[in-house]
Amino acid sequence: MLELIVISTLNGVLYGMLLFLMASGLTVIFSMLGVLNFAHASFYMLGAFFGFQISRWVGFWPALLIAPILAGAIGAAVERYGLRPVHKNGHVAELLFTFGLAFAIEEIVQIIWGKSPVDFRVPPLLDFPAFTIFSTNYPAFKMFMLAVSIAIFVGLLLVLKKTRIGLIVQAALTHPNMVGHLGHNVGRIFMLVFGVGTALAAVAGVIAGPALVTQSNMAGLLGPILFVVVVVGGLGSLPGAFVASLLIGLVQTFAVSMNGSLAGAFGPLGPDWASSWVADIWSVTIAQVAPIMPYLLLVLILIFRPMGLLGTRDT
Amino acid sequence: MNRLVMIAALALPMLGTAAMAQETVKIGYIDPLSGGGASVGEVGLKTFQFLAEEQNAKGGILGKKVEIVPLDNKTNPQESLIQAQKAIDAGVRYVTQGNGSSVAGALSDFITKYNERNPGKEVLYFNYAAVDPVLTNEKCSFWHFRWDANSDIKMEALTNYMKTVPAIKKVYLINQDYSFGQSVRTQARAMLGAKRPDIQIVGDELHPLLKISDFAPYIAKIKASGADTVVTGNWGQDFALLLKAAADSGLKVNWYTYYAGGTGGPTAIKQAGLNDQVYGIVEGIPNLKGGDGQAFEKAFRAKYDGQTNVYPRAVNEMRMFAAAAEKAKSLEPVKVAQALEGMDFEVLNGGKATMRKDDHQFFQPMYIAQFGELKAGEFDEEKTGWGWKTVATIDTAQTMLPTTCKMERP
Repeated sequence: MLELIVISTLNGVLYGMLLFLMASGLTVIFSMLGVLNFAHASFYMLGAFFGFQISRWVGFWPALLIAPILAGAIGAAVERYGLRPVHKNGHVAELLFTFGLAFAIEEIVQIIWGKSPVDFRVPPLLDFPAFTIFSTNYPAFKMFMLAVSIAIFVGLLLVLKKTRIGLIVQAALTHPNMVGHLGHNVGRIFMLVFGVGTALAAVAGVIAGPALVTQSNMAGLLGPILFVVVVVGGLGSLPGAFVASLLIGLVQTFAVSMNGSLAGAFGPLGPDWASSWVADIWSVTIAQVAPIMPYLLLVLILIFRPMGLLGTRDT
Repeated sequence: MNRLVMIAALALPMLGTAAMAQETVKIGYIDPLSGGGASVGEVGLKTFQFLAEEQNAKGGILGKKVEIVPLDNKTNPQESLIQAQKAIDAGVRYVTQGNGSSVAGALSDFITKYNERNPGKEVLYFNYAAVDPVLTNEKCSFWHFRWDANSDIKMEALTNYMKTVPAIKKVYLINQDYSFGQSVRTQARAMLGAKRPDIQIVGDELHPLLKISDFAPYIAKIKASGADTVVTGNWGQDFALLLKAAADSGLKVNWYTYYAGGTGGPTAIKQAGLNDQVYGIVEGIPNLKGGDGQAFEKAFRAKYDGQTNVYPRAVNEMRMFAAAAEKAKSLEPVKVAQALEGMDFEVLNGGKATMRKDDHQFFQPMYIAQFGELKAGEFDEEKTGWGWKTVATIDTAQTMLPTTCKMERP
């Protein structure tokens, strides 16, 4: 039992940190531009495929650096030459633009790399069990993923809270006009934030690619969860996104390891009608509904605390 | 947008070949070519294209060339019906599908209804891999033929073998959450309970179909349960990733599977170091000496860079289709269907088999195979150096389970 708890906690935290790498960019972009970027998960996918391709040519470690820079540059270009001109036509147009972009990226990836999974391997240097607890091996690569995510989280926090550029970014979040009047180039700050945000998603892609599956539907599988994270954490709140990422990572992982069902909870006290009338949901285990847990959480949060866990506005 | 592009991509070549349509036998291949099922769907497509070429080299069927029309259904029943309609509109009279009994059920219904409404334009459905038993029992159809042994037959054979292994004490069931996975778990429970009441079922898991990218939480649970054996009907990515996660966490148990041979499976087993610990119930493996299986395997691997032929049943399907059309001297689906009913056939790996008239289920010799180190000169899988070896053979007669099908014939 203890073994299951420890391993599930590790897995949950790891999954949560991966979500955070993506959600952090998404939530900052949202609070700045006021637009939910539907194509954000696509940059995660781009990161994974760039990482795969570059690691073929020059190895995994350069790929870990080059792929996010490349994806970030594309992200910045999208903001500068795509979103900014569209901005004139209002938020709906921007939303539709990012929505269309997500499809376009998916199609392009399919044209270049095909529709089936590519063979993105864990680098040999990290292909060994890091440690063994209660006879379960924990892969070194997963520890590496965890370390990278935490390092980036700390770095992001330091940049935002302790540096001048972080100060300007924070100011631009709430008072873009004032920041502009003070002589800062707000447009460039937006572009920078968009670029960094998408680059972070790409980092997540490069490190998740070998551990999970790198294929053209990976954006579609993760995208919806990302929005759950951002909404649950509070739109625009970085600490909120952190808490929500970990929460959802842990909830999903622990839900899988539970066997309880309504039938089990009531035991012999269960009413007779239950096993015949509502048989379908009566015996479904928590493990089976694990994938819908985040969405359940989303609905509950929207009903009881629409601004999210750590959010400040009622949007 | 996705759809528009696909329609355009399909429509353009069709315009060009419309004039030739009379000269070819078109087989609509409706299976996943994108998404989680793509890895198996693409192997299936290659297999059928290879078989079409083989048939065409022999002069086609009744002098007509065989053409495979690939249609991507994304493992989605609804999408499959759209693709089937599209195929029919393009003049396809034969469709084949295999991945996903949820798809198969929808497709069988659709084609049965279509044939009722369009007499004279009937379409036949050849199922090469969807094994939910209901397709040849409660929901059987005259227009559906199945070349793979259904799930009950496979579980019967698998548990007959497991019965003889005293080391099995604690069994964990993990399956995909849809009609097929549910049928595997129910049958495993029932049959193990009857044959080896001393075996304890320590876990019974259903997970979403082709949506999990990391099975680590499930593996942690299997480990915590103390199971020594896992039984799973998982296929495609759901099997490969399950084994990959098992390899990462160092889980050492015996695996009794339906589809361990699919893409990515052998690589993951080798990675996990499970020598001779993974078993599969199959209708053929490359290392069987019977029939012309070895020659076929060689040709197939030569063409597709070492890719194994994982669908001996597809070979049987295509060859039997050709034989039935020759026997009926017609490519009219109704006549081909009538010729197929009760037809006897020598399968790819040798041995007598038959298409039962009562339910359109094909009965063939089955094998329990074990994956591990090989003797020199045997076929390995995915360049791992390991391959499949036979540990038990089940004769055709022993696979005959009764059916509840009440076939309605035209």
